[in-house]
Amino acid sequence: MKSYKDVFGSLSRAAMIPFFVIGDPDFDTSLDVIKTAIDAGADVLELGIPFSDPIADGPTIQKADIRSLKAGMTVRKACELIGKVKQYRDIPIGLLMYYNLIYQYGIEKFFADFAKAGVNSVLVADLSINDADEILPAAKAAGMDTVFMVSPNTSDERIKLITEKTTGFIYTVAVLGVTGSRNSVSRSVGPLITKLKSKTTVPVCVGFGISKPEHAAEIAKDGADGVIIGSRIVKIIEDNLGDKKKMNAEVGEFIRSVRKALG
Amino acid sequence: MELKGRYGDFGGFYVPEVLMPALEEIEQAFLKYTKDEKFLKELDDLYKYYAGRPTTLYHAKRFSAYVGFDVYLKREDLLHGGAHKINNTLGQGLLAKYMGKKKLIAETGAGQHGLATAMIGALLGMETKIFMGSTDVVRQSVNVHKMRLLGSEVVPVSDGTGTLKDAINEALRYWTATVDDTFYLFGTAAGPHPFPMIVRYFQSPIGVEAREQCINQIGRLPDIVTACVGGGSNAIGIFSGFINDKNVRLVGVEGGGKGINTKEHCATLCVGKVGVLHGSKSYLLQDSDGQISETECISAGLDYPGVGPEHSHLKDIGRAEYVNVNDEQVLDVFGILTRMEGILPALESSHSLAWVLTQKGKLPASTAVVVNLSGRGDKDIGIVEEHRPLKM
Ligand SMILES: Cc1ncc(COP(=O)(O)O)c(C=O)c1O
Repeated sequence: MKSYKDVFGSLSRAAMIPFFVIGDPDFDTSLDVIKTAIDAGADVLELGIPFSDPIADGPTIQKADIRSLKAGMTVRKACELIGKVKQYRDIPIGLLMYYNLIYQYGIEKFFADFAKAGVNSVLVADLSINDADEILPAAKAAGMDTVFMVSPNTSDERIKLITEKTTGFIYTVAVLGVTGSRNSVSRSVGPLITKLKSKTTVPVCVGFGISKPEHAAEIAKDGADGVIIGSRIVKIIEDNLGDKKKMNAEVGEFIRSVRKALG
Repeated sequence: MELKGRYGDFGGFYVPEVLMPALEEIEQAFLKYTKDEKFLKELDDLYKYYAGRPTTLYHAKRFSAYVGFDVYLKREDLLHGGAHKINNTLGQGLLAKYMGKKKLIAETGAGQHGLATAMIGALLGMETKIFMGSTDVVRQSVNVHKMRLLGSEVVPVSDGTGTLKDAINEALRYWTATVDDTFYLFGTAAGPHPFPMIVRYFQSPIGVEAREQCINQIGRLPDIVTACVGGGSNAIGIFSGFINDKNVRLVGVEGGGKGINTKEHCATLCVGKVGVLHGSKSYLLQDSDGQISETECISAGLDYPGVGPEHSHLKDIGRAEYVNVNDEQVLDVFGILTRMEGILPALESSHSLAWVLTQKGKLPASTAVVVNLSGRGDKDIGIVEEHRPLKM
């Protein structure tokens, strides 16, 4: 199974990391769109298991969560979909999700089952580094990497705690706020990337608010090892619910344009 | 974070990293200013001259005769704004001011917390924004109008069932983007640490006063103290005064809605399972995957699938018991108390009264029960009229 190290270590440019809500808008379409993203040049996948109360997400991803849940997505089916993605291509997969779903599934069993399906890491949006020990033993036992968030207001002291416990990559939040497309990239991202790179050897990826190939290029130039794009891509799904062919074509085209901008 | 914010295994601060600095800052300020004499004096004066503390403990004699034992009402309904919520908003509002914050945000269900926040925003000269579920905006429209008159912006939230849970989600999202200059004035004893601790502290005068009043007026401690439980702030406020009095039974009453065998209720502690929502580990109404349930209850202030972590702990260690009553029982007792005592109880508070009524004929005549009358029912007369129209 391909690791983050395999991918980040072999790339001479920033990685293209699209985000999808698993099962959006339904199981089969979601699997197709993810395959399209892989074919279009995604280097790593960031996938979310839909949750009823996504407090770290803006309207676009909230709507995707609702679409997916309404179409019958469950935690177990999400595991099955991930298995199918891995059958199609061995690509690293990071989960981004909320704690209650893991807690109800059973922490150890969750990590074991999802590691077996091919997941490389689980970033829990509502679990801070202070409580990371609730999942770390299970993640370690399952052989997974760890990914934690750093945001523009994270203190140096907390950055130290976070980098010490991260083995996969740092998920750097580009803006104060929830997920959602923004028109420009915050000026503070560059210095934050530089600071993080000086404190850790794990890759530093940037997400939240990135919506254009130019943004991705800018962030790559600032030194990011990966660019995570979510709401912009999820919006393509939302806008083409009636035409799956167009949905796939536009997702593919967008990802290719980002890849091109990353060089 | 200096403290762990745990009640047994419950509580904690399960929030995105971006909110951690703000929670740490609030915890530090709270620990500092609750030892600061100037702060405490200013708060005391506001409690006394602005809000109307202490509230009375009233022996409801006709209602007592009706149920067959002594019922005392802790009259939080007499406070400015009409509910216990102002105890907390004065405390947190003042804290925000001492911290140098200029903007307040809050969630609200029944509109009572939103109203109490709007009043404090006006009083302290702070900009306030209130998030409120769209269902609640309609069913508690009088309070929406009051908040707007007081200068607050009311933001309707139409996600989910448009109730308290959805309002909290949206307030948290908004706060994530504005943590630099905005104070989230959380309305109940739930949410991430330090809110359960802070809200308990600012609501504790209810319990302190009630205990002293029992000793002075009844000559002893009560046998039972009961309160309705939404997020749990009025209940923890009054329970906190009696927790160490092991012989005093503590009874929290949840919204049974159309019955706990249906999906339409909000009896979290009665039928929920432990999980993590809105920053804390506590009992939750949820499905087997952990998706949070949509609740329904006649009383907007109780209509929430979570509950404060200290209540979960009190339940598990057996120090407090949690029960529920359904909408019809609530409407019945609303009418009874109104006609018998000339007091319109809030539908939230009517839940604890309805439980008291279920004890008619079961408790000895010598029993003394203290009911936390958390608020007045003026805001609810439209709902009552809708369910039980008066014949003209
Ligand atoms: C009068 C009244 N009582 C009780 C509640 C429930 O809240 P809590 O459980 O925090 O006391 C509310 C909430 O809006 C209320 O308005």
